[in-house]
Amino acid sequence: MNRREFLFVTVAGAGAALQDTTRTGRVYDPERAGRGQAPVTAADNDKGVQVLEKQLKCSCGCGLDIYTCRTTDFSCTYSPALHKQVLTMLGDGKTPQEVIDAFVAQYGQVALMSPPRRGFNLLGYFVPGGLLLTDATALI
Amino acid sequence: MTLLGYLSLWLALLVGLWGAITGFVGGAQRRADLQQSARHATFALFGALAIAVICLEVAIFRHDFSVQYVASRTSRNLPTFYLWSALYSGQEGSLLFWATVLSLFGVLTQVLTSRRHKMYLPYVAAVTCLVATFFVTVMIGAANPFQRMPFTPLDGQGMNPQLQNPGMVFHPPMLYLGYISITIPFAFAIAALLTKKLDAEWMVAVRKWTIVSWLFLSIGLLIGMWWAYVELGWGGYWAWDPVENAALLPWLVLTAFLHSVMIQEKRGMLKKWNLALILGAWVLSIFGTFLTRSGVIASVHSFTQSPVGYYFLAFLVAATAATGVLYVTRLPLLEAEATLESIVSREASFLFNNLLLIGLAFSVLWGTLFPILSEAVKGVKITYGAPTFNFVNIPLGLVLLLLTGIGPLIAWRRASPANLKRQFAVPVTVGVFALLILLVGGIRDLGALLAFSFGAFVFGTVFQEFARGARARNRQYGEPMPVALWQLLSRNRRRYGGYIVHIGIVLLFVGFAGMAFKTETEATLRPGESAELKGRDGHVYTFTHLGISQYNTLNRFVTAALLDVRRDGKDIGRLRTEKRQHVDALGNKTFEPSTEVGIMSGLRVDLYVVLAGLVDGTEQAVFRFTINPLVWWVWFGGFVLVIGGLIVLWPGGVAVAVKGPASRAQAGYAVKLEPAR
Repeated sequence: MNRREFLFVTVAGAGAALQDTTRTGRVYDPERAGRGQAPVTAADNDKGVQVLEKQLKCSCGCGLDIYTCRTTDFSCTYSPALHKQVLTMLGDGKTPQEVIDAFVAQYGQVALMSPPRRGFNLLGYFVPGGLLLTDATALI
Repeated sequence: MTLLGYLSLWLALLVGLWGAITGFVGGAQRRADLQQSARHATFALFGALAIAVICLEVAIFRHDFSVQYVASRTSRNLPTFYLWSALYSGQEGSLLFWATVLSLFGVLTQVLTSRRHKMYLPYVAAVTCLVATFFVTVMIGAANPFQRMPFTPLDGQGMNPQLQNPGMVFHPPMLYLGYISITIPFAFAIAALLTKKLDAEWMVAVRKWTIVSWLFLSIGLLIGMWWAYVELGWGGYWAWDPVENAALLPWLVLTAFLHSVMIQEKRGMLKKWNLALILGAWVLSIFGTFLTRSGVIASVHSFTQSPVGYYFLAFLVAATAATGVLYVTRLPLLEAEATLESIVSREASFLFNNLLLIGLAFSVLWGTLFPILSEAVKGVKITYGAPTFNFVNIPLGLVLLLLTGIGPLIAWRRASPANLKRQFAVPVTVGVFALLILLVGGIRDLGALLAFSFGAFVFGTVFQEFARGARARNRQYGEPMPVALWQLLSRNRRRYGGYIVHIGIVLLFVGFAGMAFKTETEATLRPGESAELKGRDGHVYTFTHLGISQYNTLNRFVTAALLDVRRDGKDIGRLRTEKRQHVDALGNKTFEPSTEVGIMSGLRVDLYVVLAGLVDGTEQAVFRFTINPLVWWVWFGGFVLVIGGLIVLWPGGVAVAVKGPASRAQAGYAVKLEPAR
């Protein structure tokens, strides 16, 4: 190695080292740091998306809505997929109500965190209050 | 040791059956020898079950992985603290814990019950033995804690990481103690029904036990909420999960009883209702256990589906039917001694309070079971999630909060307009003043506005009660105000301890209402980068990612992220959030990685940070930042509530005498004055 080559290698090495300090280093053992995450996008943080996802249930069995599950249970594989499905539908130009309708069509009413307020479901909403009012009226 | 433990279970089964038979027969035939035998059987039952517990604990601490329960719940490197809690962290062990504590309560009842209630004791022994025998039967038939493995593994599977939290060491036993101790008032109620001695005596015998149950349930629920908040990572503490609901049901029913029992003491009313509440609270405790252990409703908290559900279902149906029949046959003996004289009276307000508490309990039960009903009737699977529970129950909860303030202001029997004006002036002014301040402060959330202003109204009521009582003592005996307050509290523990519980409830509602102002965001940060989040308290919080570190500790491999936190640019400390990969003693992964939340708690807001994960295995990390307002007040409110409960429970003070109708009338604001001794 002549003097010129030595100088080139030194400068290139120093440059690479300098460049490396601007990059994020790998951790010691990524395998044991939990499931890897994709960087958060503007859509992930979009309030409209959050409101929509809070109305839809995750199907992993946790009982939580899609938004809460995907931001809580980081081992869940369902909620990220459902989140992606929501974003795709919104990207295709569907309105939030159309997304909800599409979920109900695909998964049934169980996909909603609250059952629609119609038909038999009305009993679920109003029987306790109705009974209470009836009893209170009888008491008065 | 495991053989000895298993034999102890069989011994407990036989002794328990003997105790139940001799208790019922001895009570019915009034045979002293059989009654004595039932009493001794209670002691022997506890002895046999205590030996079983010791055997299981020895197996756990010796890491005897030939025992399936030990192999599936613990590992060699599980910290000692959690080896203790392994006893009740699984289905089989918790059943053993339940039966043992019940038998201990049975012994305590036999020893501590006063002479004047001795006539109930044979039946009480019979009922406690019968219920404990049921749990032993379940263990022997379907959930044997001493089941052997076909081979002995080198190490166990370890404990679920979410259970490796101090909250989970104390939450289950507290909740179990609450559930289990309900059996004692239930046993006295059955004894009263069987002996037909249904006057106020049986209630005096169970009063302390109902407060004990209520207190343990309260502590269990609160620690459970705290655990959910710090461990599960979703930023809340109550999700209307079926298992949470199951624990709430008996608490609501017991709370109703603790209020309505006062009407029976003062006016001789609501005898049927009070008895039904005690019976109902016990049935609900068994129903809750059935829900938790049967797998009939999916829940993150429940034990896995197992045949024990069928045992519980059969027991629940049989016990409910037998109790119902017995209750109905005794209804003619439970006629009220007085009637409601006016809708504007303390009795009426307590009736409404009871109606709401039971309405809430029914509403929670209804919501929990409605998906099953929908599927059975319409064939449609639905989700009755947290938003639906909130929609139905928050209005009921707010009305209940309002009644908490109204009840103590109204006199017994009939309140006059002048009396009402005098009583309501200060609390209503405080409530309205709070409402105006909040409106001027820009708060527009209706639920929060009502919760805060109703809370202020209740606070005004309690303040007025203490102030008037202390002033009366001050005038009568010349006691300085602090001494007068102390005397007031110590001589009327039940009443003023109850008011402190009401303050605890107000603080809890304040904390609950704070959740309406929660703000959250997600961010991906490299070391040195920051995310900002503005809270509803007007401050801007800046979180700067300082870096990731990884290390081994105890039974886990930790990936920790450290964040610098600033409020409006001023340094307020550092937060740390972790991913934990639990391993066994051989270094093998035991569970999916768990998340440890970083929390900076304050009077106004909690800063709540969760490490979601790393990007491409680098120090670039995804975080969720949440600002939870007023959560601290939930825990403080819970603390105040428990202190109030302890004051009510503390022995001494002035005993509440159950006398004739004439002595029952007492003005709502009257203070029982006695000379200082």
